Amino acid sequence: MRNPFKRNRKERTPGQKANDNILGLTYAVVLVFVLLFGYSAHFLLFQREQVINNSYNARLDQFAQKVVRGRIFAADGTVLAETALQEDGTETRVYPFGEVYAHAVGYSVRGKTGLESLANFYLLSSHVSPLERLAADLSGTKTQGDDVYTTLDPGLQQAAYDALGDRRGAIVALEPSTGKVLAMVSRPGFDPNTLNEDWERIVTEESGQARLLNRASQGMYPPGSVFKMVMLLEYMREYPDDYEAFQFDCSGVYQVSDGGETYSIQCYHQTAHGQQNLQEAFANSCNGAFASLGLMLDPAGIRQTAQELLFNQELPLSMAYEKSRFALEEGADVWEVLQTSIGQGRTQASPMHIAMITAAAANGGVLMEPYLIQKTESAAGETVREFSPREYGALMTAEEAQALTEMMRAVVESGTGSALQNDRYTAAGKTGSAEYETGKETHAWFTGFAPAEDPQIVVTVIVEEGGSGGRTAGPAARAVMDAWFSE
Amino acid sequence: MNLFIDASKYVLTLLMAGYTYLNFRYFGVKEEKREALCRRQAWLFYLLHGTAYAVLYLQTGQTRTAVLYVAQVLFFVLYRFFSRVLYPKASRILINNMCMLLAIGFFMLTRLNFDRAVRQFGIAALSAAVCWAVPWLLDRMWQLSRIPWLYGLLGLALLAVVWAAGSTSYGAQLSLDLGPVSVQPSEFVKISFVCFTAAMFYRSVSFRQTAVTTVMAALHVLVLVLSRDLGSALLFFTVYLCMLFAATSSWLYLGAGILSGSGAAVLAYRLFSHVRVRVSAWQNPWADIDNTGYQIAQSLFAIGTGGWFGMGLGQGMPQRIPVVEKDFMFSAISEELGAVFALCLVLICLGCFLQFVMIACRMQASFYKLTAFGLGAMYIFQVFLSVGGAVKFIPSTGVTLPFVSYGGSSMLATCILFAVMQGMYILKQDEEEEKDDEESL
Repeated sequence: MRNPFKRNRKERTPGQKANDNILGLTYAVVLVFVLLFGYSAHFLLFQREQVINNSYNARLDQFAQKVVRGRIFAADGTVLAETALQEDGTETRVYPFGEVYAHAVGYSVRGKTGLESLANFYLLSSHVSPLERLAADLSGTKTQGDDVYTTLDPGLQQAAYDALGDRRGAIVALEPSTGKVLAMVSRPGFDPNTLNEDWERIVTEESGQARLLNRASQGMYPPGSVFKMVMLLEYMREYPDDYEAFQFDCSGVYQVSDGGETYSIQCYHQTAHGQQNLQEAFANSCNGAFASLGLMLDPAGIRQTAQELLFNQELPLSMAYEKSRFALEEGADVWEVLQTSIGQGRTQASPMHIAMITAAAANGGVLMEPYLIQKTESAAGETVREFSPREYGALMTAEEAQALTEMMRAVVESGTGSALQNDRYTAAGKTGSAEYETGKETHAWFTGFAPAEDPQIVVTVIVEEGGSGGRTAGPAARAVMDAWFSE
Repeated sequence: MNLFIDASKYVLTLLMAGYTYLNFRYFGVKEEKREALCRRQAWLFYLLHGTAYAVLYLQTGQTRTAVLYVAQVLFFVLYRFFSRVLYPKASRILINNMCMLLAIGFFMLTRLNFDRAVRQFGIAALSAAVCWAVPWLLDRMWQLSRIPWLYGLLGLALLAVVWAAGSTSYGAQLSLDLGPVSVQPSEFVKISFVCFTAAMFYRSVSFRQTAVTTVMAALHVLVLVLSRDLGSALLFFTVYLCMLFAATSSWLYLGAGILSGSGAAVLAYRLFSHVRVRVSAWQNPWADIDNTGYQIAQSLFAIGTGGWFGMGLGQGMPQRIPVVEKDFMFSAISEELGAVFALCLVLICLGCFLQFVMIACRMQASFYKLTAFGLGAMYIFQVFLSVGGAVKFIPSTGVTLPFVSYGGSSMLATCILFAVMQGMYILKQDEEEEKDDEESL
């Protein structure tokens, strides 16, 4: 008898051979289906919640027929949003702090924004006990949805809101070691309690107000001198051994001739900074020095560094945001290089993005993904889900982060960021005064962190038409940091 | 009543899981126990069908739902009875699976669109009855393997007519309008194409013959691509490759086929914008959720919101998915009855395929063997394209789920496919019986 396990392939008839082939292909088919099942299971286990929590998913609204929307809390348990039952049985959403959290918490009438959108799925998921659910099913009443705890710090949020005053702009505060969003303010705002009634007025208002826009993550601004952080990094990368030998003699106006044309770059208010080394040029925000430095660099290199710092890239953010833009390419003309080097030209960034770059510098080069939701709890107070910090990756090396920190330290110590000088904590940062329209005041920027030796908080400020970054945005950042260190 | 609907989804999942388990248990039990197993399966089937319609009736309270249910039960009982009378040796598990897939399609369609459900039921009943003739024909017409060019040229001509004169739906030319009905010839060409290939390779697998066959297959695929019916084009290509390898055992052919297929795919991607649209909607449906990504995003919302056990029959929003009753039945089922149920459904389809493969392996004549395997491959790849597209495992190609999706041509073609397999199964049973008789003499 032939041993069935020692089959000789050559002895096989064509029919048996065909059967072997068919079986082989059948195994391949089964394998493909195993992969399909694995993929489906992965989707249901790990991607499901993120996918279905989408404003385009009308199915979530169906949950609202069975569940009372949960509450939104600040990190310390302060109520930021809750659902109140009217006498006639209708539900209204109440926001005790009105405008202060308008963009961070958002609204849930006429669409959803902010946390109301981000956490929509959790707020409409109910984890009450099965018994309660059964009782609700039988009596036809709704069950209580889960509560969401945010990362927002009420003291800080209020300080940021007050610091902006009546000016248009935005403030973002992050914890660099975790990515927690501690405060996020955009002004002008709106009162989410009365949004439905105010809607027509708000959307027909003259442009420039854009009250519904969250300027912190969706506002697009020229970064101005804040962009010198990027240029500095690229310069250190292209001249690793002798970047400290950089020298520039500033007369207030820097002129370059190219192809018969003369271009001039002015320092803020045409201040002549005199002889500047790299650190002084950064601290004093000397435009001439950085424009000349820009001409020494490879445009493709600047582009690459900018993209590594997430310009032209999707940001690791779950909230609505606008992608930052960087336009400079290989072969760009002299004028564009000069403009780009001082953060003008076609470069655009959101305050949140600038805060993320700053946070990476403050965290040894590693960016932690900014997040707003800390945990969700059932109505009975049991934790349902907890969100832990997630590392995005290194935007720069630890050495580069250290060098950048020292430079930013000098900005506060001896440069344009003097508003942040104090004896309780050591701040580091960078100012910016970005031109956006001829004849108008510049947008004022400040981005920085403190304490410089062990960063706990990153604050980024933009004040539209605020004038000088050092004089308008700096003090606002100071106020937010003061609030943090006095808590 | 809410409670009943809530509980019903678990009951349906349980019944489905039990049925699916028996479907695979079948392979492990002895011949004589299979009959009893299939009888148990049939009970689960009737229970499931009844529970689903009970839920639908309770929600709508419409008499017509109850009437449709009674009519369907009558159909299933009669179909099963007469199948056994006409063909006592027919595979009971295939009959069970066919009924199960039909029933799932029926109650999902009733939930989605009552008029279409009625229409679908009518076509299914008619198709099933017509297809009783198929095993009989197969037994008597041994010349079937002699006419490859009839299959090949007829199929190609049909596809060409659709390309030239077909009506366009969702960017693809799929159907011919013939007065009150519209026919999708590609559904039937699927069968003729497999027969053509099998008959050609049955004659010879010489290089010349292989080359000629390959050119004909390529023409089929080309016409489908020109009609923008990418799903079918992919299907024909893959099935041809499988049959080519099964017939020739040539790794060279298989490798060359995969290479040229990949090359053609890249070329199609470069040349046709609608291919690029499908691929980018697959890579990131969220980027253009208003437009090209809308369908797949809605499908994922449906599956995701349904979760493992579903929202309950009638409790979801499957109509939000464009063309749900044709291309995205899997998503609708997953949304309302849960992913466990939907994946069991896929397992049943896989079970059918394994039955087909067993039949193919048992056939002696290579024409039958290749036809059985080719049809099996055609069936299972179609399931794969449909389900894979719905869960975003692969780009969506707009392919129906056989027996479950709405569509008359698809229904009749799938009925024919199952009947051909049934016919071969019966053929083999007869043969083995004769052999047994000879041995006992």
